[in-house]
Amino acid sequence: MAAQDSSPRPAPSPGLTGAFFAPVRLLMSLIDAPLRAWQKAAGLTGMAGFFLLPNMAIFTIFVLLPLVINFVYSMSGGTAIFLAERTFVGAEQYERLLTCASYLDPGTCAEDRFWIAVRNTGLFLLVQVPLLIAVALVTALVLNRDLKARSFWRAVFFFPVLLSPVVVGLIWRWILQRQGLLNLLLYETAGADPHSWLSDRFWAFAAAVGVSIWAHVGFYALILLAGLQAIPKDIYEAAEMDGTRPTRVFWRITLPLLMPNLLVVLVLALIRAVQVFDEVYVLTGGGPGTSTMYLIQYIFETGFASQLRNPGLAAAASILMGIVLVVLTLIQIAASRASERRGQR
Amino acid sequence: MTKAKKMLLATLTVGLLSTTAALAGDVRIMWYSDGVEGEVLQDLINRFMKDNPDIKVTIDNVSYSNIREQLPVQLEAGGGPDIVRVTDLKVQSKHWLDLTPYVKDPKYWQDNYGEQADWMRPDGSSQISGFMTQITLTGGFANKTLFDQAGVPLPDAKASWDDWAAAAKKVAESQQVPYPLALDRSGHRITAPNISFGANYVAADGMPAPLDQGAKDFIAKFVGWNSDGIANKDVWVSAAGTTYRAAAEDFINAQLVYYYSGSWQIPNFATKIGDAFDWVATGSPCGPAACSGMPGGAGLVAVKYTKNPEDVGKVMDYLASEPVAKEFAERTLFLPANKAVIAGGLDFKSDNPQVKAALNAFVAASSTTSPVALKMPGWKWSDAYYSAMVGRVSQAVAGELSLDEAYQRIDQDVADKVKQAK
Repeated sequence: MAAQDSSPRPAPSPGLTGAFFAPVRLLMSLIDAPLRAWQKAAGLTGMAGFFLLPNMAIFTIFVLLPLVINFVYSMSGGTAIFLAERTFVGAEQYERLLTCASYLDPGTCAEDRFWIAVRNTGLFLLVQVPLLIAVALVTALVLNRDLKARSFWRAVFFFPVLLSPVVVGLIWRWILQRQGLLNLLLYETAGADPHSWLSDRFWAFAAAVGVSIWAHVGFYALILLAGLQAIPKDIYEAAEMDGTRPTRVFWRITLPLLMPNLLVVLVLALIRAVQVFDEVYVLTGGGPGTSTMYLIQYIFETGFASQLRNPGLAAAASILMGIVLVVLTLIQIAASRASERRGQR
Repeated sequence: MTKAKKMLLATLTVGLLSTTAALAGDVRIMWYSDGVEGEVLQDLINRFMKDNPDIKVTIDNVSYSNIREQLPVQLEAGGGPDIVRVTDLKVQSKHWLDLTPYVKDPKYWQDNYGEQADWMRPDGSSQISGFMTQITLTGGFANKTLFDQAGVPLPDAKASWDDWAAAAKKVAESQQVPYPLALDRSGHRITAPNISFGANYVAADGMPAPLDQGAKDFIAKFVGWNSDGIANKDVWVSAAGTTYRAAAEDFINAQLVYYYSGSWQIPNFATKIGDAFDWVATGSPCGPAACSGMPGGAGLVAVKYTKNPEDVGKVMDYLASEPVAKEFAERTLFLPANKAVIAGGLDFKSDNPQVKAALNAFVAASSTTSPVALKMPGWKWSDAYYSAMVGRVSQAVAGELSLDEAYQRIDQDVADKVKQAK
């Protein structure tokens, strides 16, 4: 073993690099003494807090403070933007949102559009999330095989994730509108009469689900692909030597070992589904009627997009939605911990 | 004061002064276009800047939805451009600058633009907020070529909404056109036939009245037309909330027989239809009470949060001046608001005979505008009514609400807006 050289390192030769770092060295020498003094007084834990301070300040200014301000807005009324010009109304906005003869029938609610949006979002979540996970899983399984030009196919599936949601919405609107590409293809190939896909409740919903899956599946497939590649190859080799059928390999080996990744995908997809807005707003505008109007669109329109806006009501709705998202996040944390514990055993 | 503090103070002062110097002379105009008016404005402003090199005018061309959805938030936050072209004039009037001290001759403004001044100032105020860049009137357009090909005569000026619906249906069936009739998805647009059917949104005390029988009669008819395939359902159900949707593209593509929109579409049709087919402006169909269109238009107003009111005053004086207003109207094919320009006559810059005929048709139709309709642009609560109408009628058209539920919700929405605005 070579003896360690304890002699001091030679000073860097004065050159361009030396000149570049000179101000940095000067700055370091200036703050070195006060920092050492502070470390002596505060201890190592105190120093950790000190270094976290900039991050915490940013978090406070851009996350915590808006959250508090949003809550204060939800307790105020009027159309003014500035808090000073708004009147305190207590829980009136929440009361308006939550007043319903029957929560299953939005028509009986004081703020029927909020409950229509809640119902639509719930339905979207129930249909889109399982389908998204299924498509992402199949995509990941296919992309994990020894395909020709595998990198190219991976890029193809990931590409829509890179597109702006507005672009996604516009592309699909041009395809699905009455004078769009789909009707043209159907007419050219089968002589079919044009259909207003986006004005039909069922097809508009199907389009909203399909387009959001198309736009996001690449991201979730990538997470699952990483999980698939982390499964040791020797397990599959052992199964092959035992003559295990491929379907049994999938259900007994792949799926259980992929469960932690599937859990992450499930919770992320749930959160994303609750927040669905941009591409669907561009695609259908929330129509036909209000059949694809989701929670964020309701909040956006109530708070910003109409004359005589109601920022207080929009803030209250966003607080209620935030609570749902917090619950989903807590479920994710609890499930991740449970999964980790099972892994340790 | 130490030397270091003095230096710091001097640096800050120079910094602040240089920032202010950069702002002085800068005027930003937020502008949307239906046709070629953005290009015409840019041309006029270039000339202004040549004569006034100390004032730099920047035109921000934006979409109409930006004006409807983003500008109000900017204004509420005390920001926004220096000058803006806007249609929601009354409801945002608290944000407009009183130009009286900044224009050369307030009397000129009063004499030439006084008739619409109330549309853009708070109730009871006598301020000069701006001027109308165009006066509009809602009205119908018929695809004359389709009528001729079908051998169906065009209904006359006194024809009712039912006459037009029946004729348009015949033409559509004969010519295999998908849509007989369409109305823009707009509360302003549907208000015209509502008024023709006897509606009056204004109660005796000036506050919003509950939806009356006149409005209910037309809404019921319109929802029925959508169910029967007479009206183009796609326009009204294609969005939720108060989103504006026009059916102009269907008319331009000859997919629509009769289109109820407004005079602002004339330059759009002149450019996009060209000589592809013949079209005519028909005025507004009649109801039991009137044959009324809805007046309106886009106004150019100064925003009171501007840092350069003097320069804004100069720009507004220039754009409102008689020769500039005349040139703007002639090149954009817009009906002007300036009285002197109207009195002097206009030579619209178009070789298209359909354009001149359409402009004349709208001028003729303005004589049948109901007094109830004339009140609407200056009424504080018109927008509350329009937005409630759009959302709820759309839901009725989509089959989500029965007519009675839609009427109840319209009344409730308007009441909520009033309560919230107080």
